[in-house]
Amino acid sequence: MAIFVYAENINGIYKKAAFEAVSYAKAIADQAGETVTAITVNPTDSSDLLYKYGATNVINIKDEGLKNFSAKSYAKAVNEVVSGNKIVFPHTTDASSIAPMLAIMNGFSLITNVIEVPESLSPFQVKRRAFSGKGFMHAKADAEGVIVTVSQNAYGVKENATSGSEEVKELSVTNEDTKVISHEQSSGKLDLKEAEIVVSAGRGMKGPENWGMIEDLANLLGAATACSKPVSDIGWRPHSEHVGQTGKAISPNLYVAVGISGAIQHLAGVNSSKTIVVINSDPEAPFFKSADYGVVGDAFQIIPALTEKIRALKG
Amino acid sequence: MKILVCISSVPDTTSKINFTADKSAFDKTGIQWVINPWDEFALTKAIKLQESQGATVTVINVGDATTEPVIRKSLAIGANDAIRVNVEPKDSFSVAKEIANVAQNGSYDLILCGRESIDYNGGAVPGMVAQLLNQPFVNACVGLDVNGAEATAIREIEGGKETISVKLPAVIAGQKGMVDEKDLIIPNMRGIMSARSKPLVVVEPASSEVKVEGVSYDSVPQRAAVKMVSADNLDELVRLLHEEAKVI
Ligand SMILES: Cc1cc2nc3c(=O)[nH]c(=O)nc-3n(C[C@H](O)[C@H](O)[C@H](O)COP(=O)(O)OP(=O)(O)OC[C@H]3O[C@@H](n4cnc5c(N)ncnc54)[C@H](O)[C@@H]3O)c2cc1C
Ligand SMILES: Nc1ncnc2c1ncn2[C@@H]1O[C@H](COP(=O)(O)O)[C@@H](O)[C@H]1O
Repeated sequence: MAIFVYAENINGIYKKAAFEAVSYAKAIADQAGETVTAITVNPTDSSDLLYKYGATNVINIKDEGLKNFSAKSYAKAVNEVVSGNKIVFPHTTDASSIAPMLAIMNGFSLITNVIEVPESLSPFQVKRRAFSGKGFMHAKADAEGVIVTVSQNAYGVKENATSGSEEVKELSVTNEDTKVISHEQSSGKLDLKEAEIVVSAGRGMKGPENWGMIEDLANLLGAATACSKPVSDIGWRPHSEHVGQTGKAISPNLYVAVGISGAIQHLAGVNSSKTIVVINSDPEAPFFKSADYGVVGDAFQIIPALTEKIRALKG
Repeated sequence: MKILVCISSVPDTTSKINFTADKSAFDKTGIQWVINPWDEFALTKAIKLQESQGATVTVINVGDATTEPVIRKSLAIGANDAIRVNVEPKDSFSVAKEIANVAQNGSYDLILCGRESIDYNGGAVPGMVAQLLNQPFVNACVGLDVNGAEATAIREIEGGKETISVKLPAVIAGQKGMVDEKDLIIPNMRGIMSARSKPLVVVEPASSEVKVEGVSYDSVPQRAAVKMVSADNLDELVRLLHEEAKVI
């Protein structure tokens, strides 16, 4: 039985999270001696992008009724085309809304936020994040079928080029329950959860007018920007940038924390970053204990200087 | 309008998380329990609807008797009554089953949850409840209004927001933004006193089926000691990031 994977696209364009999920499904398929079938809804991107990560079959659902996202109708649509008993989803907002519904429809076990390939396939057992970055759980599925959602930036994308074939499924799932009134999405902006580098700043920045230097550094690095909770609570930055135990949990390759003290709730959301750099004027700031590299000093001097030095490196 | 708010009782955000010596379970010694932060946003939203539209607000928790302080706190915040399903939660599925079972008999117009519980981070119960009840489901809700048999919900999407109208009854999982942080209700003395006499009904679980087991747990590994770089020597920081960590 093929390993199925939900390849999420936004406005037809595949997300990095979709490639991570396909890569992950390919790893399970290799363990099981199976192939990967990707399911996607109304894509405009080519299926070649999915073959590149190991999918050999793409089921391309075409349905006008699915033009707008609704967890319930998407779950219904995916359920119509899926036939395996192992299904992989990315742990994005939309995909992780579909997965629980699909689990109920099929009586499958659902294991969310997985970060490594399964430790065993039968019974299915896998390591996942738990306790908001403060621990890990080895979870075992009790049901025959299992759905996993793969934590973003955890397993990563692994190229595994194969050739594949595409199958178009015309569906007409009706959605009478929800209707989109308005939709605002900035396309150019890097998704915080997908970003490989994140430049984050806290109350040490003194005010929203000082974020220019944070954005300059982020732009230069191709990074997303983030902030501590109080910064978004006071309205210096949008809520969507708040990271931590009660904000987004992220795991970029590089996390640069500027003027953030390093409270336990903040650390919980960022401590799975591979490399952490802390810049803080207080040598006693707790964050230094959880950092790989630290600089004690005034962010207002250090950030512009650091930006220039990195610009020089990048030539 | 009847609203059911699903409350999970979780370790306070300042808690250090330890596991038992054999790593088979979360060690609850010394833990302070709080309402799951996201559920607090959902509960506060429900209380706002109680004030503005005369909704009745019932909180439900699936848990053993140790969760009662958290349930009483929800009543002190303003919920009308509470239901506790008397079983220690085993997995998201079993919790969702119990909530759906209670909801089936209660004809609620709206079921509000938090987006995720900060202990096991399932992010699964709300969607499961919706499917078990065959109701629409809106996740990551950051704004909500109810107008008759319809709700207008704003949901967070990658890189933006989407406003949708949703037919009730529905299940909505909320987070920060559903109400403002500053509007979170801190119970006052009157609230605390009246919470003592509000109804808290204990019901026994209807099922014992579990779909996922926590086999063992690991703590987060310690990072190697920090390398401090002088503020006058940022070239060294750039070199370390480029050559040693290889991240830029
Ligand atoms: C229930 C609950 C949940 C929470 N969840 C989260 C969460 O998810 N995420 C989160 O971030 N927080 C969370 N918090 C808040 C957390 O406890 C801290 O209050 C918060 O992280 C502190 O933010 P901060 O580091 O920006 O500010 P502060 O603690 O005020 O620290 C500012 C830092 O900036 C430094 N500084 C000042 N000036 C400069 C300068 N010129 N150059 C360099 N450094 C400078 C200071 O030395 C200080 O270390 C939560 C709290 C509670 C109660
Ligand atoms: N034991 C529980 N009792 C009541 N509601 C719960 C319980 N566990 C989870 N929930 C609800 O489901 C949401 C998501 O939880 P979870 O799926 O466990 O991450 C929480 O924010 C609560 O609203």
